[in-house]
Amino acid sequence: MTILAKKPQSLTDIPMHYCPGCGHGIVHRLMAEAFDELKIADRVIGVAPVGCAVFADDYFACDMVQGAHGRGPAIATGIKRSKPQAVVFSYQGDGDLASIGMAEIVHAAVRSENITVIFINNAIYGMTGGQMAPTTLVGQVATTAPKGRDPKLQGWPINMCEMLSQITGAKYLERVAVDTPQHVMAAKKAIKKAFENQVKGVGFSMVEVLSQCPTNWHASVDQALEFVRTQMMPQYPLGVFKNEEAK
Amino acid sequence: MTEKTLRKGNEALAEGAIRAGARFFAGYPITPQNEVPEYMSAYMADAGGAFVQAESEVAAINMVYGAAATGTRSMTSSSSPGISLKQEGITYLASADLPCLIVNVMRGGPGLGSISGAQGDYFQATRGGGNGDYRVLVLAPNSVEELGNFPKLGFELAEKYRIPCMILADGILGQMMESMSFNFDPVDPNQLGKMQWAVDIEKNGRPKNKVFSYKGDNLIADVVERAKRYGLIEKTEARYEERNTEDCDVLLVAYGLSSRACLEAVNKAQEEGLKVGLFRPITLWPFPSKRLAELAQKTKAILTVEQSLGQLVQDVKLAVNGKTPVYLNAYPAGGQPDGESILTAVRSCLNGGKEGLFDLQAHAADFAYECKRDASLGMQGDCKGGK
Amino acid sequence: MPRIEVDVNRCKACYLCVNACPKKCLGKSATISKKGYFPAEMQRPQDCIGCTMCYMMCPDVAITVIKE
Repeated sequence: MTILAKKPQSLTDIPMHYCPGCGHGIVHRLMAEAFDELKIADRVIGVAPVGCAVFADDYFACDMVQGAHGRGPAIATGIKRSKPQAVVFSYQGDGDLASIGMAEIVHAAVRSENITVIFINNAIYGMTGGQMAPTTLVGQVATTAPKGRDPKLQGWPINMCEMLSQITGAKYLERVAVDTPQHVMAAKKAIKKAFENQVKGVGFSMVEVLSQCPTNWHASVDQALEFVRTQMMPQYPLGVFKNEEAK
Repeated sequence: MTEKTLRKGNEALAEGAIRAGARFFAGYPITPQNEVPEYMSAYMADAGGAFVQAESEVAAINMVYGAAATGTRSMTSSSSPGISLKQEGITYLASADLPCLIVNVMRGGPGLGSISGAQGDYFQATRGGGNGDYRVLVLAPNSVEELGNFPKLGFELAEKYRIPCMILADGILGQMMESMSFNFDPVDPNQLGKMQWAVDIEKNGRPKNKVFSYKGDNLIADVVERAKRYGLIEKTEARYEERNTEDCDVLLVAYGLSSRACLEAVNKAQEEGLKVGLFRPITLWPFPSKRLAELAQKTKAILTVEQSLGQLVQDVKLAVNGKTPVYLNAYPAGGQPDGESILTAVRSCLNGGKEGLFDLQAHAADFAYECKRDASLGMQGDCKGGK
Repeated sequence: MPRIEVDVNRCKACYLCVNACPKKCLGKSATISKKGYFPAEMQRPQDCIGCTMCYMMCPDVAITVIKE
């Protein structure tokens, strides 16, 4: 008997609380697989955010810190500078990273902190119940944009990979999605590389994951996947935005 | 123990912290504490630690949160408006039971205020400052010597009780130079045992460690458990200094820099034949209420001298609990007390006068104030909102 | 002969696995789970090729793929 695929060791047995069809669980698993495959599980220290992934500290088997909204990159900086041998990640949503934590993510990139950031972009505030996020699409309805996001009032969505690619200290930036098995495989490659980079000392690495939120998009799982493909991908094209190996 | 040297307050503090084993510092420039991050940027790396100039005070305190989570002796310093920004991180540190050192070199407030030394952050320091039920252990030095030696005490108390510790200094203490010596040998943090709760590498099969602030259904139990530690701290860790307290008619109560002006007043009073004593809280939380309550029974009046507008006096009144009249001699927003002005207030305490004594309602007795909208300036009608 | 096991205590019936299966082996169970879901289940085991795509899409890490 051969196990072809099973829950990676770097995840605990605690069932995840995410809504059915949510992309967070897929990303958690990809990260845990990367820890197992890179044999770094014993030195990973994660930072869980405020948002839907606030309980991520229960799901990863590694040591975990859970801090204030948007401050993940600052907390990860403190951990990494104190324990340079640790492999440190900050796991953040779009409100966390692109709104309240904008200064922290930008300056972690500016300092090229040798950390790995996993950025879940689902274009909505999930935990608080569907408010407009900085990444909400033009026209997309949210509880604080009941007529849809209107650029005249609320501006346009922000593309973090493109923005951070202008920063010298940002060494690896890739945007992936988890809507199909093919995209999940590509996402795994990107996430693994973002952690490998840290082991090699490359510097600031971030993977942005376009993720489905059926609940707050008021969509079926199928409709949500369709939204990722037809609405999100044109605004947030997949691809590598920066890839600099260690000098 | 080192030989006496002449040091600037902020630099004594920074050197004292490194000697005490601090190996992580994050901060953001703000006057009048800039010598602290400057000193750290020059010497922390040599000591084997990390210095980060953060993008903001908010980021700096959260970096301390991360570093403290690893069991590293971690600290930040700032001044009043910056400490306000740090409150988010401080309440998280308290809720996650993380020991760390936070230095507030106070300046005049509120708001941007001024850069001169003040004591306006007493409430903020002693009442927690951020959201929720928590306390921060607060040490109040009154000399450059204490500034240099309190970081070690602060780290030890913080680690013993898993609580953030604040050193509450002020701009004058931070900027002035005095002869001082360190009363302890440098601490090698590599020789300190690991914290069993800390996140770390080399887990060696131990269960995973979590440092977290969200408690959900466990919040009540968590807060109640922490309150027991707070009770223990109040019972055992109150520190204070006394001068002429056994036989005095007026007992001065003051901390930090204003306690030094009080010493001048005590000495001048002796020359005049007045019996004046001084009680100086060294820990502001826990406030040394028990001892102050004892002393209150032996004196005719208590005069609180503070560089703020009636903050310390509240703790004094709580401690004295009506046993003795408590008066206030206040120097808010960067005002500085001196022996003579304090003595004026002392005399008022004894002869029923008003000079030098501050009372908020008496202050506003003949005061009327009203702010009205003014139609002659035009109407608000052209402001429809939107963009 | 590959097969899969679905942990019904983890499955939340999003059926991402059902859609992902290139051989359309998976379907919706008729039995309600303790969590209140009709979990995904293997319905045409003879067609399973062990490609692990169901595992790959499962957000609840509820699927184990085994080759006998």
